[in-house]
Amino acid sequence: MVSDELLVATHISKSFGEKLVLDRVSLTVRQGETVTIIGASGSGKTTFLRCLNRLETPDAGSIRLGEEVIGGPPATEANLARQRRLFGFVFQRFNLFPHLTALQNVALGPRRVLGLPRAAAEARAARDLDRVQLSEHAHKRPSQLSGGQQQRVAIARALSMEPRIILFDEPTSALDPELVQEVLDTMRALAADGMTMVVVTHEMRFARHVADRVVFMADGRIAEEGTPAALFDTPRDPRLQRFLRHLEPAV
Amino acid sequence: MEFDWSVVRYAAPLLAAGIVMTLKVSVVACVLGLVLGLAAGLASLSSSRVLRFLVRAYVDFIRGTPLLIQIFLVFFALPVVGVRLPEFWAGVAALAINSGAYIAEITRGAVGGVERGQTEAALSIGMTQRGVLWWVLLPQAWRPMIPALTNDLITLTKNSSLLSAISVYELTRAGQAVISTHFAPFEIYLLLALYYYLLITALSFASRRIERALPTW
Repeated sequence: MVSDELLVATHISKSFGEKLVLDRVSLTVRQGETVTIIGASGSGKTTFLRCLNRLETPDAGSIRLGEEVIGGPPATEANLARQRRLFGFVFQRFNLFPHLTALQNVALGPRRVLGLPRAAAEARAARDLDRVQLSEHAHKRPSQLSGGQQQRVAIARALSMEPRIILFDEPTSALDPELVQEVLDTMRALAADGMTMVVVTHEMRFARHVADRVVFMADGRIAEEGTPAALFDTPRDPRLQRFLRHLEPAV
Repeated sequence: MEFDWSVVRYAAPLLAAGIVMTLKVSVVACVLGLVLGLAAGLASLSSSRVLRFLVRAYVDFIRGTPLLIQIFLVFFALPVVGVRLPEFWAGVAALAINSGAYIAEITRGAVGGVERGQTEAALSIGMTQRGVLWWVLLPQAWRPMIPALTNDLITLTKNSSLLSAISVYELTRAGQAVISTHFAPFEIYLLLALYYYLLITALSFASRRIERALPTW
């Protein structure tokens, strides 16, 4: 076993009703690595990501993060909640809390989950908003921020729990085109700082230039994985070849 | 038919005493009904099947039976099992139990109506279900609840007139007392209607002011 393995997902399967969405998917992510997952919609990539921090409960398979086996034992709500905060999760539609300011959004976890005193929680939130370069918007509500700014607040909210890994679920798909770059820049800076990240994305430039490794999913399985150069320049799986041809102008 | 102004002049101050009692009954029943309804609404969102079933049964019973029967049950049937409440508290309890069922449904609807992504975001930062409810869902749910709650509390105030049936000396009962001595049902019931109307109008006005003063996001 390689010692710097951080996340090891083994044979994850998941069905919704009759439909098999994930079919024994296995993935290993090393400490500090950025892995992107690409694939057509319906290929299971988002469901796989949501299984990793148990927003979806896998039907079968196991997930290990460091020394922790995710989902127990003990399989209690408290243990699962504690384990979830080892993962940051960034949603496609941001899912910021609309009734709270940017600062309060970021401070909520440290304050109510970690139990820090208010001042300490807000200091930490200020630090993380600064990290995504939104200090000057700390006291605005989400509705007063652009989509790109909202997504950066969501990234700061994930950072505030000091997670060991951050999962991104199509973080730029809900954004207007001119707002995509600021979010990708923030993510690139996190990757450069050594944050471990798994990113489901349609941004092929990000996958090519920022990721250490690219995983292509099709029909609920990993069809091909390797370095960005290997996947984009010499794809072997015919479904990947077809997928890339459709994206040609963007790559 | 002659409209008898003298009986109106005679009754107006007498009825004022009744309106004080109507207000007292309504306010106390409102507070208890809110507490009961919020608690029942939250219980119906819990993961316990027993709690959910109990709330379901409670709401079904209240919706499926007339309020007047519920009032009689509290006043006449409870003493049989050893619980004897004076008229005022029996009336207040019946109104609170009645409105609590509707408020439970309002609470369940409003909390359940918050977008699913809010729960997922809160879970993703390590909150338990209880934390999600308390810190994320409830703070977003109470504002959309206000109009429905206002409606319910207005209904409760009007329903308090049924307590005349168990001799609570509220507005309707006070009116009936005047009618029985002066035999002027037309004048007095018209006066009662006016009193209720003014009371409810004041309540609606206050609730609209409160609603406007609430923060939006």
